[in-house]
Amino acid sequence: MSPPITEAELQAYVDDALDADARARVEDWLAEHPDDAQRVADYADQVQSLRQAYDPVLDEPIPSRMTANTGQRRTSRLLPSWRQLAAAVVLLAVGGAGGWVLRDVWTGFGKDGLNVAQIAISAHSIYVAEKRHAVEVEAKQEKHLVAWLSKRLGQPIKAPSLLTLGYRLVGGRLLPDDGKPAAHFMYEDEQGKRLTVYVRRNIQSRETAFQFVSDKGVSAFYWIDEDFAYALVGTLNRDGLHEAAKIIHRDLASKR
Amino acid sequence: MGQCPLVKAAQSQHGIGLGMTDKEDQIVKQIPHLRRYAAALLRDRDAADDLVQDCLARAFDRLHLWHPSGTMRTWLFTILHNLHVNQTRKRGREPVIRSDTENLERQPTPSDQDTGLVARDLVNALEQLPDEQRSVILLVGLEGLSYADAAEVTGAPVGTVMSRLSRGRERLRQIMDSQPETPLRRIK
Repeated sequence: MSPPITEAELQAYVDDALDADARARVEDWLAEHPDDAQRVADYADQVQSLRQAYDPVLDEPIPSRMTANTGQRRTSRLLPSWRQLAAAVVLLAVGGAGGWVLRDVWTGFGKDGLNVAQIAISAHSIYVAEKRHAVEVEAKQEKHLVAWLSKRLGQPIKAPSLLTLGYRLVGGRLLPDDGKPAAHFMYEDEQGKRLTVYVRRNIQSRETAFQFVSDKGVSAFYWIDEDFAYALVGTLNRDGLHEAAKIIHRDLASKR
Repeated sequence: MGQCPLVKAAQSQHGIGLGMTDKEDQIVKQIPHLRRYAAALLRDRDAADDLVQDCLARAFDRLHLWHPSGTMRTWLFTILHNLHVNQTRKRGREPVIRSDTENLERQPTPSDQDTGLVARDLVNALEQLPDEQRSVILLVGLEGLSYADAAEVTGAPVGTVMSRLSRGRERLRQIMDSQPETPLRRIK
């Protein structure tokens, strides 16, 4: 018989502050103590509600008075300029990859799809480098993650499965996309190689086929499918990424 | 310097790298987090930003006292926490009584339009908690501070932080559970 779980351990479980052993012990305990399990689930919901209510503050521009003391008032303008820079870099990469891509973009795809790819590649580059905070909500709470992101995007979404390719879901996060919410899922294989999937509401009505962009070894396939625009980003080669994109597309279609 | 001309142009345009100290940079990075925490703590966004402003003024003032052995985040949150505690002490504990309609009209939480109803209920429930429980819940749950860091910020032992967290979360749960499904108040 293992000793009973303490209140402090239950709280630490909610806050993901336990090591793997302790977490496993708490999970065993919760499996046999539904009241505690309910309590822990409620506490986790509280955390998510708080973040839902107040995370948008993080994306607000910093009032200039707050940086006035630093003698570098420009800081509040840093973010937009960084974003423009990232966009410019991707645009250059697209241009460099060949005129055909651009032609496809302008004629077949429109600005929306290209934006999705830009933002998805930026998000990928930032978050795949993270060890401890790669995701906001981990895959062990997948149901909660999907429900939360669906709610924020205002439309039911799914976390596509890439298990057939050996990538398991790590988790996901909410991201701002031009002031609107977007979902970001991360996957990892046995070697620790990561793929990300970026999803946002489709703001144009038409659907499109898969499109490909690549920038310094990071590639993306992106497409628009009824309600959502998607981008799959990773360092796989073009064929490998295309295969993964098709699997996601099929997986999402079958879940609909 | 073998720097991309695009990057260089953007840098000179925005004056990056011109005498900006690392410390200042670290402070600026924390501003969005300080604002989020203060917004949740006070709900009144203007009052929250005023508190952050006071905190930053003090931090820039005492920057020479900050020692890199601690994290900048903990240091800043400690300053903010102490300012808040002093302000509430000065003001006395004025019990804030507002009707729900007033709450909605006068206390817009960020992005009220797309904040879920559950989240809004929770934000209302949070207001009924004692200050020290609310602080810990927000430092740990919203800002992701470790229990040890939350203890440092609030100047309380870790055990006290844990019990505040536990009691606060349970109280929130009770308030949320007793919330009627419809806006109508249950009559006992």
